Amino acid sequence: MTLLGTLALWLALLVGIWGTLAGFVGGLKDRPDLARSARHAVFAMCGALLVAVVSLEWALFQHDFNVEYVAAYTSRNLPIFYTWSALYAGQKGSLLFWATVLSVFGSLALVLTPRHHRELLPHVAGVVSLVAAFFVSVMLFGQANPFHRLPYTPVDGNGLNPQLQNPGMVFHPPMLYLGYISITIPFAFAIAALLSKRLDTDWLVAIRKWTLLSWLFLSIGICLGMWWAYVELGWGGYWAWDPVENASLLPWLTMTAFLHSVMIQEKRGMLKKWNLALIIGSWLLSIFGTFITRSGVISSVHSFTQSSVGYFFLAFLIVTGTASFALYAKRLPLLAAEARLESMVSREASFLFNNLLFIGIAFSVLWGTLFPILSELVQGTKVTVGPPFFNQVNIPLGLALLALTGIGPLIAWRRASVPNVQRQFAVPATAGAFTGLILLVAGMRDFYALMAITLGGFVVGTVVQEFARGARARHHQYGEGYALALGRLIARNRRRYGGYIVHTGIVILFVAFAGMAFKTETEASLRPGESASIKSPYGWTYRLTHLGISQYDALNRQVTAATLEVSRDGKRLGVLTTEKRQHVDGLGRPTFQPSSEVGIRSDLREDLYVVLGGVVNGTEQAVFRFTINPLVWWVWYGGMIVALGGLIVMWPGGSPAAKRSQAGYAVRLVGEK
Amino acid sequence: MADRRTGGQADCDRRAFLTAMAGMVFLSARPPVRQTVQDSLPGTGPAGRLWDPARAGRPLEPVTAADNDAAIQAIEKQIHCTCGCNLDVYTCRTTDFTCTVSPALHQHVVALAEQGMTGQQIIDQFVREHGLVILMAPPKRGFNLAGYFVPSLLIVAAGVILTLVLRRRTRSAAPEAVPARPLAAGTPEELERLRGELDRMSV
Repeated sequence: MTLLGTLALWLALLVGIWGTLAGFVGGLKDRPDLARSARHAVFAMCGALLVAVVSLEWALFQHDFNVEYVAAYTSRNLPIFYTWSALYAGQKGSLLFWATVLSVFGSLALVLTPRHHRELLPHVAGVVSLVAAFFVSVMLFGQANPFHRLPYTPVDGNGLNPQLQNPGMVFHPPMLYLGYISITIPFAFAIAALLSKRLDTDWLVAIRKWTLLSWLFLSIGICLGMWWAYVELGWGGYWAWDPVENASLLPWLTMTAFLHSVMIQEKRGMLKKWNLALIIGSWLLSIFGTFITRSGVISSVHSFTQSSVGYFFLAFLIVTGTASFALYAKRLPLLAAEARLESMVSREASFLFNNLLFIGIAFSVLWGTLFPILSELVQGTKVTVGPPFFNQVNIPLGLALLALTGIGPLIAWRRASVPNVQRQFAVPATAGAFTGLILLVAGMRDFYALMAITLGGFVVGTVVQEFARGARARHHQYGEGYALALGRLIARNRRRYGGYIVHTGIVILFVAFAGMAFKTETEASLRPGESASIKSPYGWTYRLTHLGISQYDALNRQVTAATLEVSRDGKRLGVLTTEKRQHVDGLGRPTFQPSSEVGIRSDLREDLYVVLGGVVNGTEQAVFRFTINPLVWWVWYGGMIVALGGLIVMWPGGSPAAKRSQAGYAVRLVGEK
Repeated sequence: MADRRTGGQADCDRRAFLTAMAGMVFLSARPPVRQTVQDSLPGTGPAGRLWDPARAGRPLEPVTAADNDAAIQAIEKQIHCTCGCNLDVYTCRTTDFTCTVSPALHQHVVALAEQGMTGQQIIDQFVREHGLVILMAPPKRGFNLAGYFVPSLLIVAAGVILTLVLRRRTRSAAPEAVPARPLAAGTPEELERLRGELDRMSV
């Protein structure tokens, strides 16, 4: 099967090269035969890469340890889900996964895109073929062939890193990859629009679902990554401003900026240059993220092993970036706006400032991520840029962005008058002020936390007001009950109200982030029967009594489990278990260093987070770290609400009027309801 | 088949009987099982040994008061662990219990504090020993100022430029004054309200 896999890779490469040439030549020379051939090339490449994936999975499930990749990431006793997910656990397999998913997305884009966009499709096929062929070439020429065989066959494999043996492994990397990869489709359409000079709003309509899909996958992937880091890594947080985490945030920020600014182009025919630049930039950032993860140029706990693969990505990044922006520069004269901004106090202007902040935050994250390299180049001194730096720079920007999340929807399109602004802001501003006042009275003094929750109150006020007015209007106009009116309001204008739901999720996330300002932690070494106490920021006291340690074997690991009884202000809450896991291979040999398995007791207010550090002198006296993390579940709920809002926005259907308004500053018919 | 039971008595051959008797003698010769005292209640004695301590990772020392000292923790949160984890010393030593670097750095912090050094002096000492890379964030001086302020300055500059450009464009795009004429019956308040509703509904 590995021979079949390697042959499939070679076939994919050749077909990809042909698809690239046929796509671009077919599009530029208006040759339908070549355009058709490019389309078929994408399908063929997809088929070949799927064969390669099946071949690798076959080797993984057959425990063919003669294959280097299989020996490096699996073992005979590895649970089946992790054996499956070993496909993308390592550098080589993840490259194959990237290329395959891209070819699947490319094929879907070619099949699902309506016929009236067909002039763009040859170029789309060309771009998809080019990018996928690049990934395949990295596998074949960058010493990253997942089918490479060893000169000997180990009895058992190394197994999967214990920190990857978490349900998050099955979902988080694919989601993030899907987000990264699917950005190529909007990018391909943007390049197609530039090449074919069809620079009206048509190409935006073609990519609407794809941009939302990318954004949704990235959002879910980032949230799942935060959850995974929180439950698995054991440091008691979910975001550490690690370079690889930052790399996932960068395209998310630029895509979010695009999803806002694209509305201005659709409604008013403005910001054409800006939107194209955002799409190209987002794609380049997704490749940059791949480069960061794989090059080892910046140290990160999440990155793959350092290898020469990074240089391939750097070269690809430079070449494609230069080519894309050169083409963009050439087409600038064709990208003139069709309308002009009429007032500084308008929805358009607020979106522009919103975009400024998104791009500003993206720049500051990129700047901080690259600053160690820059510092070494300029002053010959390597510095560390950790969370204190990022928090200092980004928290004020994030709060400003949160404020704009509430302000934007309150300002009318084109021009807002003073009475209009007063009327719109009255309720949300009162809600924000009231929230802040309550927090002050309750004794909250942390400035950033106070600001985050106050602004959260303001944004929620905006969202509630929008929903209430819309539902009331339907109630008056159609006589619907309020619940029905609310449901239909969302169903008939999914983009607008789905967007508000996303805003609500973002508010919940900000409130959750603010909660971490009140994190408390302590360490204790306890013998069985001994207790430690930790005070919650809510004022109550947790008492944790060490009940004892048990050792047993489970699946592919040897477990040392410490059990603690938890009580709060004298009331027993239950028991909590935290573990040390020594993973072993099929022969019982230890494979990695022992890892910690966190014990977490959650409620809506806070998490009690317990880590077994180890034992003292081989006895049951154990060292624990106890942490109280306020409002952590709000992160997961916020993420779910963001995802729900995203799904509503991209769900097919909606009212004809809403569709027309989305379809590009279309005429609103007189008398239309 | 022969009936092996007679008169309700179990039929038993001599070998089985002797084996059973030997077993009883062996069991009775074992020392009586002592009532196990729960060995680890507070103040009652040492904790029991684990069956296989190696499974629980690197042996640790009991937690001391210095480990939980808020001042020590605050210092350690500013010092970068050099094991390659990208975490600060406090987070690394309380998270990655296989790391041997962060406990050593922690001990160094504690030792310096016990010598009477202030937090800043301890941090300066670490910088002397390891260079600026030991800090979680670069100090705000020299080129590092660019690290802190370039993003904010650029955003402010871009915001000012954007504001100026928009003001210029909105002025030039302002609609020419149209002589007022009674287009619709209604008070100014009603017209304003209508305009507001139209604006709102146009999303």
